[in-house]
Amino acid sequence: MTAPFELTDDSVVVVIGTGAGGGVLANELAQKGVSVVALEAGGRYLPEDYVNDEWESFGQLAWLDKRTTSGDWRVARDFSGLPAWIVKAVGGTTTHWAGASLRFQPHEFKTKTTYGNVQGANLLDWPIDLAEMEPWYEKAEAKLGVTRTGDRAGLPGNNNFKVLEAGAKALGYKEVHTGRMAINSADYDDRLACQQTGFCFQGCKWGAKWSAAYTDIPRGEATGNLEVRERAHVLKIEHDASGKVTGVLYADKDGNQHLQNARIVCVAGNSIESPRLLLNSASAMFPDGLANSSGQVGRNYMRHMTGSVYAVFDKPVRMWRGTTMAGIVQDEARHDPSRGFVGGYELETLALGLPFMAAFLDPGGWGREFTTALDSYENMAGMWIVGEDMPQETNRITLNHDALDQYGLPAPNVHFDDHPNDVAMRAHAYRQGIAIYEAVGATRTFPTPPYPSTHNLGTNRMSENPRDGVVNRWGQTHDIANLFVSDGSQFTTGAAENPTLTIVALAIRQADHIAGQMSQGTL
Amino acid sequence: MTLKQKGISRRQLLAGSVAAGAAFVVGAGFVAAPTAAWAMEVSHLQPATMATLIQMARDIYPHDHVADEYYAAAVKGYDTAEAAPGIEAGITALDAAARGKGHPSYLGTGWERDRVDILRGMEESAFFQAIRGGLVTGLYNQKAVWPLFGYEGESYSKGGYIDRGFNDINWI
Ligand SMILES: Cc1cc2nc3c(=O)[nH]c(=O)nc-3n(C[C@H](O)[C@H](O)[C@H](O)COP(=O)(O)OP(=O)(O)OC[C@H]3O[C@@H](n4cnc5c(N)ncnc54)[C@H](O)[C@@H]3O)c2cc1C
Ligand code: SF4
Repeated sequence: MTAPFELTDDSVVVVIGTGAGGGVLANELAQKGVSVVALEAGGRYLPEDYVNDEWESFGQLAWLDKRTTSGDWRVARDFSGLPAWIVKAVGGTTTHWAGASLRFQPHEFKTKTTYGNVQGANLLDWPIDLAEMEPWYEKAEAKLGVTRTGDRAGLPGNNNFKVLEAGAKALGYKEVHTGRMAINSADYDDRLACQQTGFCFQGCKWGAKWSAAYTDIPRGEATGNLEVRERAHVLKIEHDASGKVTGVLYADKDGNQHLQNARIVCVAGNSIESPRLLLNSASAMFPDGLANSSGQVGRNYMRHMTGSVYAVFDKPVRMWRGTTMAGIVQDEARHDPSRGFVGGYELETLALGLPFMAAFLDPGGWGREFTTALDSYENMAGMWIVGEDMPQETNRITLNHDALDQYGLPAPNVHFDDHPNDVAMRAHAYRQGIAIYEAVGATRTFPTPPYPSTHNLGTNRMSENPRDGVVNRWGQTHDIANLFVSDGSQFTTGAAENPTLTIVALAIRQADHIAGQMSQGTL
Repeated sequence: MTLKQKGISRRQLLAGSVAAGAAFVVGAGFVAAPTAAWAMEVSHLQPATMATLIQMARDIYPHDHVADEYYAAAVKGYDTAEAAPGIEAGITALDAAARGKGHPSYLGTGWERDRVDILRGMEESAFFQAIRGGLVTGLYNQKAVWPLFGYEGESYSKGGYIDRGFNDINWI
């Protein structure tokens, strides 16, 4: 079924990366009859290949190319070579993701207007708003089969959720439920209902959780309009003398380099690789990198204000059983500066297996303070905190010329310092998380530091004015008409919600726009 | 990681070896439990070095319900030609630090709190950090260790937990 396109075919749209953004965009374009070549650095893994084993799965799927870190975040100390936890595979990080799928709140598209001037924060309003996004959110929810949207029922609550729910309700929280999840609560769209296996982060072996790897990608291929080239790592985007992009240079699995011509190029390598690729594509005409006349490529890197709270009880919880993240408290997601910070946060259940718990509970910790916590592993419950972090110009992806990747290209350095607003919000969230568990009898609680970033956002941000950002309301770069950005790096600001539903909604909308412009001959 | 059960009696074992602290006996080319419950051959490290390393591993991540053989398995990988010189040097430094605090050796330091005090003194060293970092996976990623913590591991082949207690909590 796959459609082999010639390297010299300059009528194709080239999509770089096949995750939430790229995988969806490639399929949506193919469904509309557009010829697409999707280049994916990783290999192809399907449910039968996934393993219910945290480290083995990590070795199979994670992006482990050279990266460096700097800044005051603890990740730079504890995981200096692993700033982010993202996937290198067909389907991208949608193999690993937990499936939490929330729409933004209206004000989160307009943070500059709503929050006003926050010192040190590079806030900006999105050029789009919730009303404009609503129909696209609806399409995205139907595609992903999001529970508690449309007529889809919620998931049943597991042990970890029941602890969270009881504690949250005891505290008076009202918006407490098993989440809006891209996990089937009943068979849907040719995929099974969730079997509560509890390895959502390792790839769902039942296909109950939506992943581009076994939905959008094969469906796009089935049209005959999409060719996915796996283990094809894009090194550089080429352009002509008029400043339009003409194709991309990539390395195949054997390291041989090829040039794929293109009519349009869409970058969707996640928020570290996407700006890095634009920077690595610098030329005499674009000495600061492609699409970088604003100087914003790579800047405003956001990772959400995160952290976890684990708690030990005097009786078993067995939090690892069942869905990893099907449980949420939404009351704190509102914007309410009386709490001492702008923006808000969500509390979501999270469980780690024993191997990951040992690595992430208190990185670097040792001795009995640490081991007595793990001794009570069976009696632990856990939640993850995800809140809006402030975009800062100095939090950025740069090229590290002293650290080269396997192709000899400068590795990305990821610099991140917490903004005081992030620190204040995290402190508040730790307090509330601890209070939730103490309300149901926790004997010990652990305000656990952030993990390597799972949400990576903002490094090619969307702006009305070309001076303020890299792409316009369609994800089209301000500088180069046939160059698009199609992943989470478009985010102007991060919102409190997990980002993927919005990435998918933007990709569906972008496909509609690109196909329309192509048929009108304006692209 | 498998530990070789040696087909020797406790008496034979003790005859050819010396007690190293209370927890281990070391002989020519092996470290063993005083009970002979397990024994491990070493080919590149001094047996006494391996015994000290096993104790150090336990002192870094002490779990009283986890037997020594799992700690031994966690550090067995250092018994290679490449790793051995660094480990010997690190353990020499550890013993020197113990003597500096008035103990005969690290293994000869009776109380855990005194051994932990010695370790705290070298916490920033590359040797300590390498051993500690290696243990995070070396110890906790042993499938045989998981049941000791109640962790059930792989569940797909059993049909997940949908009919096996994903929501069986009864005290909340
Ligand atoms: C453990 C975990 C849990 C998560 N849970 C949630 C959740 O519950 N809800 C939520 O909303 N989000 C969640 N996320 C985040 C979510 O997975 C990401 O937001 C989303 O996948 C990002 O989409 P993307 O298209 O930007 O990038 P990705 O999905 O990461 O895709 C990028 C792809 O591009 C490829 N690529 C990169 N560079 C190149 C190159 N040069 N050439 C070719 N290919 C390249 C990569 O290999 C990758 O396949 C989670 C993430 C993790 C790690
Ligand atoms: S808990 Fe449900 S969604 Fe998660 S991996 Fe298992 S079957 Fe898939």
